[in-house]
Amino acid sequence: MRQIFTLSLVFSTIRLSTPLVLAALGGLYSERSGVINIALEGLLLAGAFTAASVTFYAHNPWIGLAAAIFAGALVAYLIALACIRFKADQVVTGTGINILFLGLPAVLSGALFLSSGSTPQIPKENLLPALSRFLPFMPEWRIFTDVSSVSLLALVMVLVTRYVLYRTPFGLRLRAVGENPEAADAAGVSVNLMRYIGVMLSGALAGIGGAYLSIGQSSLFTRNMASGRGFIALAALIFGKWRPVQTMLACLLFGFADALTTQMQGVAKLPSGEDIPVQFILMIPYVVTIIVLAGFIGQSRAPKALGIPYQKER
Amino acid sequence: MKLFREILFPLIAVLAAFIVGGIVVWIIGDNPFETYKLLIGSAFSWPDGIGYTLFNATPLIFTGLAVAVAFRCGLLNIGAEGQLYFAAFATAWVGIKFGGVSILNPSTGQAVVSPFANLPAVVLLPLCCMVAIVAGAIWGAIPGVLKARFGSHEVINTIMLNFIAVALLSYFTQYHYKIPGDAIMQTAEIGPKAFLPTLGRFIPGLPARIPLNIAFILAVIACVLVYIFLWKTKWGYELRATGANPSAAEYGGVSIRKQIILAMAISGGLAGMVGINEVLGYRHRYYDGFSANYGFVGIAVALLGRNHPVGVFLAAILFAILLRGGIFVDAFTLHVSKDIVDMLLGIVIVFVAAEAMFRGPLKKFGLMRRAKV
Repeated sequence: MRQIFTLSLVFSTIRLSTPLVLAALGGLYSERSGVINIALEGLLLAGAFTAASVTFYAHNPWIGLAAAIFAGALVAYLIALACIRFKADQVVTGTGINILFLGLPAVLSGALFLSSGSTPQIPKENLLPALSRFLPFMPEWRIFTDVSSVSLLALVMVLVTRYVLYRTPFGLRLRAVGENPEAADAAGVSVNLMRYIGVMLSGALAGIGGAYLSIGQSSLFTRNMASGRGFIALAALIFGKWRPVQTMLACLLFGFADALTTQMQGVAKLPSGEDIPVQFILMIPYVVTIIVLAGFIGQSRAPKALGIPYQKER
Repeated sequence: MKLFREILFPLIAVLAAFIVGGIVVWIIGDNPFETYKLLIGSAFSWPDGIGYTLFNATPLIFTGLAVAVAFRCGLLNIGAEGQLYFAAFATAWVGIKFGGVSILNPSTGQAVVSPFANLPAVVLLPLCCMVAIVAGAIWGAIPGVLKARFGSHEVINTIMLNFIAVALLSYFTQYHYKIPGDAIMQTAEIGPKAFLPTLGRFIPGLPARIPLNIAFILAVIACVLVYIFLWKTKWGYELRATGANPSAAEYGGVSIRKQIILAMAISGGLAGMVGINEVLGYRHRYYDGFSANYGFVGIAVALLGRNHPVGVFLAAILFAILLRGGIFVDAFTLHVSKDIVDMLLGIVIVFVAAEAMFRGPLKKFGLMRRAKV
């Protein structure tokens, strides 16, 4: 057991949770405004590919990050356009976007880099830096400052989201259009504008999460590198009852389960001497989500108007 | 007029997707017309083109029907992927255990898995097919029960069950039904009596190497049966009534909960039939991760086919053409890869979902009467 529960487990939990937190926060803005965002997976991929490609040409991770944010918001704008303006089914649109971004990055990387679906390696100095880059004067704290700056950004975004959602007029309006759009409309809030903003914020945040995947955690974009993280983020959002801090805790839990599987491989044994199959640990987030949704562990209630396009009374 | 619109919107969506895709191809430096010629033109040769197109269409017909039946009940089944995996494994398991297969450990010579029985083909084949349908129906019914009993949303639950199915089956494959030492994540081969014959055996001129098999005939039959069920039976009427207007249906004496579970079970059973094509007709074993997103493409097939069996059949053929054409695009164009197929699929889905965007321009050209408000 000692070999498993080490400090490195804590840090790999943080590392693996970071993209989940960012994507789930993104989902939170969208869903709190009343638009289901099943496209988090596709948005992560869009952000990851854009970040890696732009960084490769610009030799600067921050430009890559900005491009990823822009790309995420742009794709999210298209989702919002389909779902809000043309009242397309939100789940179907999201599924379409997810499939689109299985293909599009691969097509583009084939053309840009003559590769089959991945971008070239990006040198280490051009990746999103760890905190130690900014805090060179405290080498004895190295173990803490080795955390990526994006992880800190994710934490900050959680606190910002909490403040914005519950302490600002904007947050009140966002929640209002997700719970009771008619009342919000009557109070003079533009329902559709708030929803456009909510969805685009989700794209921007998922874009950061994607950038972290390609130019933070690894050093290139590979085909389908989100590998289901968008869906785990969605699960965490539900587990966290659509609230920022709880959602982050859910992401940490799921990230921990993920970290545990890698850490346990070949180390942990059942009393009978066999390996513990990692598949059962991989299942945890999904099983937990189903149980939570069914109402066995507290009630998780979705925003009331989630998934319903708003039709203004004439 | 209604039929005209039912055909017009899907056609426009596909055309629009091809235009957008063509622009992407043009931007990255290939000739869109050449690319589309490769993508579509390869499908019509006999026997390879047509044989492979129909073979590729078979799983898409099943998943398209699966999504369509759920849709007609007002449910979105994103879980066809998990259902077809679960069913494929179940049918492979029966093919091994009741097909007289012993899995031996090559280093020790000891049996890791011993068969229960060695059934004759007349019994084993129908049994395997039934098991695929029932297993798919069970995996599909789970989110149905969860929705009917607890009100939890089927979309989230089906997504979660997809991941659970994949992890669970990868466990069983890796730890129990793989030939020890096999580097590939696949089960041992099923008993030869569980092999579904290829159509090449019955059709002159169709070589046996083309994997088109009897499952395609089953897919056509499934289209007919789904049509009869939905439009010619009382149960189908109740199912559609639930989808069209749940409260009215309930007022009319339909149990919505029962309809939800029934629709999801039928949907899962149809998705499960992919296992018949894949395991009994083609690979003769369960292969981890065999599905080329069949479950998700099924959503596009159902949408484009307007949730009608005839439409599903035609849409499945179209996507099958693209899937096969992708291989030629990969080989014969300079820049464009076969991933263009995924890209086109995604765009088609979004365009079909957001068909309202075509309504404005159509009105302008007088192709559609203005809707009365």
